[in-house]
Amino acid sequence: MRLFLIVFFISIQSYSQNCNQTLTGRVVDFHDGSPLSGAVLIVAGLEKFAQTDLNGYFRVENLCEGNYTLQVSHPECDTKAIQFTIPNEGSLSIRLEHHLEELDQVTVKGSAAIDYVATQRENRIEKEDIENLSYASLGDALKMLSGVSSLNTGSTVVKPVIQGLHSSRVLIMNNGVRMQDQEWGVEHAPNVDLNTAGSISVIKGASALQYGGDAVGGIVLVEPQRIIRKDSLFGRTVLTGSTNGRGGTLTSSFTKTKESGWYGTLQGTLKRFGDFETPDYVLSNTGQFEKAAALRFGLNKFTYGFEGYYSFFNSETGILRASHLGNAQDLFSAINSDKPLVINDFTYSIENPKQDVTHHLAKAKFFKRISNFGKLEMQYDFQFNNRLEFDIRRGGRGDKPAVDLELTTHTLSTDLSYDANSKFKANGGLLVRYQNNFANPDTGVRRLIPDYDKYDLGIYALGKYALNDQWKLEGGLRFDYNHLDAKKFYRKSLWESRGYANDFPEIIIEDFGTQLLTNPVFDFYNISGTVGFSYSFLDDYELLTNYSLATRAPNPSELFSEGLHHSAARIEIGDLRFNQEVAHKISVALSKTSGKFQFTFNPFLNSINDFLLIGPTGVEQTIRGNFQVWEYKQTDSYLLGFDLDAKINLTEQFDYITKFSFVKGYERKDNIPLISMPPANLSSVIEYKNQRLNNLKLQLESNYVFRQNEFPDTNFEVFLPITETTEILDLSTPPEAYHLINLNADADFNLFGETDLSLGLTVNNLFNTSYRDYLNRLRFFADDLGRNIVLRLKINY
Amino acid sequence: MKNLKFLALFFTATLVLVSCSSDDDGNEPINEEEVITTVRVALTGGSSPINLEWKQLDESAAPTITVSGTLDPNTTYTGVITVLNELENPADNITEEIEEEADEHQFFFLTGGGITISNLTYLDFDGDGNPLGLLFSFDTGEASLGDFTIILRHEPNKDADGVSEGNIANAGGDTDIEITFPLEIQ
Repeated sequence: MRLFLIVFFISIQSYSQNCNQTLTGRVVDFHDGSPLSGAVLIVAGLEKFAQTDLNGYFRVENLCEGNYTLQVSHPECDTKAIQFTIPNEGSLSIRLEHHLEELDQVTVKGSAAIDYVATQRENRIEKEDIENLSYASLGDALKMLSGVSSLNTGSTVVKPVIQGLHSSRVLIMNNGVRMQDQEWGVEHAPNVDLNTAGSISVIKGASALQYGGDAVGGIVLVEPQRIIRKDSLFGRTVLTGSTNGRGGTLTSSFTKTKESGWYGTLQGTLKRFGDFETPDYVLSNTGQFEKAAALRFGLNKFTYGFEGYYSFFNSETGILRASHLGNAQDLFSAINSDKPLVINDFTYSIENPKQDVTHHLAKAKFFKRISNFGKLEMQYDFQFNNRLEFDIRRGGRGDKPAVDLELTTHTLSTDLSYDANSKFKANGGLLVRYQNNFANPDTGVRRLIPDYDKYDLGIYALGKYALNDQWKLEGGLRFDYNHLDAKKFYRKSLWESRGYANDFPEIIIEDFGTQLLTNPVFDFYNISGTVGFSYSFLDDYELLTNYSLATRAPNPSELFSEGLHHSAARIEIGDLRFNQEVAHKISVALSKTSGKFQFTFNPFLNSINDFLLIGPTGVEQTIRGNFQVWEYKQTDSYLLGFDLDAKINLTEQFDYITKFSFVKGYERKDNIPLISMPPANLSSVIEYKNQRLNNLKLQLESNYVFRQNEFPDTNFEVFLPITETTEILDLSTPPEAYHLINLNADADFNLFGETDLSLGLTVNNLFNTSYRDYLNRLRFFADDLGRNIVLRLKINY
Repeated sequence: MKNLKFLALFFTATLVLVSCSSDDDGNEPINEEEVITTVRVALTGGSSPINLEWKQLDESAAPTITVSGTLDPNTTYTGVITVLNELENPADNITEEIEEEADEHQFFFLTGGGITISNLTYLDFDGDGNPLGLLFSFDTGEASLGDFTIILRHEPNKDADGVSEGNIANAGGDTDIEITFPLEIQ
């Protein structure tokens, strides 16, 4: 996006002809009036200069009457000179061409703070922290932010949970493309290589409507590194080695940019780990092998430009061997054993059960700036996701995947933005999407998700209005239409027992004896919207209040599930009769944004009608023994809680940073707690920084996770023939609270010329504490990870 | 504007390509290859052969369990287990798969509810000399009623304490079959 700077508000306080006059003013972004800090203003010939503060204000004192030239520069802009006269009654406006252009969303500003939404607090992870976590996953990185936790399957399959919600309720935008990577599954991690990110933002709500109207939980925005328009060639390599998992990561990128606007980036990552370990034993078959590459190129002119992007992601992930279960008896034995029932020697090899997931993403994007209006953007993106899951099978079928789903998505989107007014800004757009799911029949296992075609249409409009320096208003509306046309096989008994025979006799296409082929077709019309305001007061306080309405159509798993879920040893059943869930979220954020003490307090209430959740309903007898049956249901629910972030500048070199997240969720009827709600979490960091000592940074982190005391009772009674007893399977009781201490140290060294080396050391779980986490789906079977020492080597050239 | 035309063309072309490639595989049902629908146990040695059958063609429906008669007291019976997938036509004989992977499988036999069955003995073994259990024998005692449970474990630890004697407690592995027959000795 093309940015302009404007210096306005230049007021001259005149005194009688002396040299005591003061020039004050403010530097802001031309488009939305947001302040730009760090701009330098020099009065030519006088060697008087000023710098804008965090709010964009500057002040030049002791000026005499006369004509002057004011030079305005910003690290990211071309320097420009303007003439002014003292005394000057009016105000001056200067338009600067912004260099630090990003070929991306219209809402991206040139300053350090990027607001995707104006009235909802947005949390952000910067490049440096992303590089420090290059060995981890996107989900791990997001946990740095308050209000974000993770739902794990072991330590390598990590899904972000935003204020208690996850999977289909969290929308992940990867370089402007909405990820379509079978995100409905709780054990499907986002197919994003963290190392492609230049920054990651989280919006804890649905207010960024340009990305979708169904973000009941929130939105994760993974943005690539910014491209600066100047002639340069630079690269970066990060190499890490970890003791736990006895592996590491290698990631490299090269970027070539031209002043003419052409640019290109090539990036690649390799990640390899063997079995991870708890303090006491090896977690057998938990290795990981991840390969990712991305190519990005484009032209970024003042009035037009384009970008082409392709990324490849493949991850082969072992799933803890001891979590593969036959029936209730196996589950009982596993839960009641204090260690996993299978512990082998450490190995790098990844055996069944495992996942092998591949994601291709390609996009082409064009933009055209319309003078005195704004910008038009068009984007086409293509995604192909192939998920293979290998199970422990009999008869040499282990090489054949038990799940083989191919999801293909095409999206065409446009966005037209109006930003020619510093007070009012708006954008609107249209999206068309086609998606096809193909379940490969060669698996020899009944399709987990049926073949389907899906068509989506979305239209949105958003507006922001700055009433004055203190008040800003924001509002938006979005409409989505989803059409889903599936070919689904039902076993006759289930067809009868669910009552489908009465409700949907017309959708049967063919009778195959024990199975029926049906053609369920769904049409969903979804409305979403947002309205909010922001209010700045007392110089550095800010109050954001936002209401968002999100409507989410049920996902294929909620509609079509009907079978055994191996790692959970339970039968899961969906329902064709589900309708959309509708969430009303009110979020308030009070912040103090500068000074020695800064904080954000962010309470929220998310009331969800027809919330889709799964719960136990009975026990089914099969030839393999007894299984618990879990059925999806819809029930009005609500979540409430708050996130607290605080930072205290103790001395010039010491900072204390703390965050606390708290969320509770209940079904409205009977106030039954919702399952898998993140327990309260308190994290505190003491940070020491010394720029004169090789940018030395030392951090000591304490992370206390409370016990979840509110949970639904999902235990079940089952007769076990081995002991001839009826036992209770305790699937509900959460694990105890735990406290982990982590250490981090970083230092930079200049090798030669423009080549910098940074060395880093991280120790996670310093005291090798044994613990289990409520949100780790493998907590029934094994402890979480023991101590991990990570050594990092980063070279910029 | 050239770019936009190209984009529109690209998009349309891809849509057409995708539409053409969507095949009709979704119209064929998948019969679970590994499913075990039927377990038959032929017991001989008494006055008449007794056949046990546990059958479930559809996992959501209740199984059919049949026992052809009562066992004689104080008799040694020999049992032969047949495991089938009757969703295939002709039925897939899974017994052969189990025999081929004998080292990865073991049957266990449990009695409950007062039935007087003792001296359960394995009559077949894998390549390492560890028991398998497709063939077995037992002795009946006095007239009684009770349950007879057959469990098949995949990838058990056959070297664990007691496992080769038929004690399931330390066997581990995943359960492939766990079925119970009501038996009567008279």
